[in-house]
Amino acid sequence: MTSAAASKRPRLITLSVALGLLLAGSIIFAVTFGPADIAPLEVWQTIAHHLGLIADSPVGRLRNAIIWELRLPRVLVAAGVGAGLALCGAVMQALTRNPLADPYLLGLSSGASLGAVAFLLAGAALYMPIGAFLGAAGAMLLTLLVTRLLGGATPSRAILAGIAISSLAAAATSFLIFWSATGDSYREILSWLMGSLSGSVWSDAGIVIVATLFVGLPVLLSGRSLDAFVFGDAAAATLGVDVARLRWLLLAATALLTGVLVSIGGAIGFVGLIVPHIVRLVTGSRHRLLLPISMLVGASFMIWTDTAARSLFAPRELPVGIITALIGAPIFLLVLLRYRRAT
Amino acid sequence: MSAGLDITDVSATAGGESILNGVTMRALPGSLTGLIGPNGAGKSTLLRATLGLVPTTSGTITFVGNDLPAMPRRNRARVAAFVEQIGANEAQLTAREVVMLGRIPFQSVWQAEPSPEDEQIVTEAIAAVDMSGFEHRQYNTMSGGEQQRLQIARALAQQPRLLLLDEPTNHLDVHAQLTALNLLRTRAQSGATVLLALHDLNLAAAFCDALVVLHQGRVVAQGAPQDVLTPALLRTVYNVDATLVSHPTSGRPMIAYNLPA
Ligand SMILES: Nc1ncnc2c1ncn2[C@@H]1O[C@H](COP(=O)(O)OP(=O)(O)OP(=O)(O)O)[C@@H](O)[C@H]1O
Ligand SMILES: [Mg+2]
Repeated sequence: MTSAAASKRPRLITLSVALGLLLAGSIIFAVTFGPADIAPLEVWQTIAHHLGLIADSPVGRLRNAIIWELRLPRVLVAAGVGAGLALCGAVMQALTRNPLADPYLLGLSSGASLGAVAFLLAGAALYMPIGAFLGAAGAMLLTLLVTRLLGGATPSRAILAGIAISSLAAAATSFLIFWSATGDSYREILSWLMGSLSGSVWSDAGIVIVATLFVGLPVLLSGRSLDAFVFGDAAAATLGVDVARLRWLLLAATALLTGVLVSIGGAIGFVGLIVPHIVRLVTGSRHRLLLPISMLVGASFMIWTDTAARSLFAPRELPVGIITALIGAPIFLLVLLRYRRAT
Repeated sequence: MSAGLDITDVSATAGGESILNGVTMRALPGSLTGLIGPNGAGKSTLLRATLGLVPTTSGTITFVGNDLPAMPRRNRARVAAFVEQIGANEAQLTAREVVMLGRIPFQSVWQAEPSPEDEQIVTEAIAAVDMSGFEHRQYNTMSGGEQQRLQIARALAQQPRLLLLDEPTNHLDVHAQLTALNLLRTRAQSGATVLLALHDLNLAAAFCDALVVLHQGRVVAQGAPQDVLTPALLRTVYNVDATLVSHPTSGRPMIAYNLPA
């Protein structure tokens, strides 16, 4: 009976194993993309060697350095950023019961950019993630406040508020850059602002992955409580959920994670919006399934969009945010239309 | 200490207006208690206040001696379930997943999938509302009546000793109304305390063991349907002219409305 009941939805374990394998494969194959020709086997040998799985690697020193120092950190940063953004998007959609919520559309990413740039230009580059977190949290609070001033939470009001806060933060960021940045740093900051993972190193990968797992684990465990929100706050409360506490906790968690992700990868849009929507088509809205699967899909998705960003017009590189926007904006419109028709 | 729901001298305000005014009422286990009164009388507010969803300014609300609004949420969710007046919903959940929400208060954080016991309880709750064939349908594609039945099933899946329902029959066809109320009466007879807000006075009279009449935030009458439902009360509370007759077989009161000529 149990298996019959569950058979309509894929099981968490089956999906995670399949998508985990896809992610592992994506990591290895994405590393092979680039100016130097590298075979998947070499990637595997290099990783296995560094993990101590094989004693001697047949891969030469130069190729080893390209794989291990140049390409792998970037691919891992992409995976962490994708997983984190997808998680933030799914959580915000559930908490605000707004199918269009995502860290980018609600202004968190722009706020984070502003915070990060302010800290950077003030000479506190080391503390950029803190600035980004403060910026993200501030922007989120402002968006929520403006949404309320507009007459209460509906998806379109929240988006309008998000756009207003986003534009404000972007203007402030441009102003800061205009006043303080010099030629070289100017170009670098601009490309980062549009969302770019170029120049990622191991410490970036470490920060992104630790933050995503550190924030992700408690969020994944609160998945069932998020389910209780589908019929509103009152319904969640009568199912035993401490609505106010959970909401603040999770909003703080998403602000924190968005801050870290933006300080490393810039404001990469739409990933948090589209990945959960696509995953929901398969898993439905149960968050115990939706959240981990969105993270896995987000990781692979980001790896390939970033690979496209650095390979499509090689040797020139596109900011990956442009590619995610190209893919994401049409899907955003579809979701918007579907939502308008449903209400 | 009573064995059921005791509401004593409860007042509540919203937006500066007094909504409930010294409400004192009781709902006993084993009986179906109907909460009636015109639009805006305060029925929904009273039900919500009972579960601590809206603050009260005075009074006490207890269930089997426990202060209900002050109870830890999770414990309260294992004792009391609530079916709200429903609205539109975008949830991409199947019917079965909606009913499974009722098991949330019983599931541990570490549990990845529902237990066989959860599955069993949910299957029974779905069968109880006659929706067994619909388990894998998408909730948001279902009719208002089907959604309402699933919400009742979700509440049943909480296996509550106190069941509060806000107009649970307003989207249902006649057959489904009778089935739902019969089901709730059966629950009551097996020991639950059931309090429901109803608009259809004939249904209330036919099914409820006791009625509580709310008017402008005050309780103006409570007791057995035949004692409560009088032409005088219907005139003052609802401003309608009605004659009361007895049901030919059950002997329960029935209301015949006298229409203005
Ligand atoms: N948040 C609020 N702010 C202001 N007034 C409120 C609020 N909530 C309820 N009210 C008012 O309180 C009164 C009682 O509302 P309530 O919803 O409890 O009535 P009801 O008996 O359930 O009515 P109905 O039969 O229409 O469902 C109404 O006049 C309503 O306008
Ligand atoms: Mg009401």
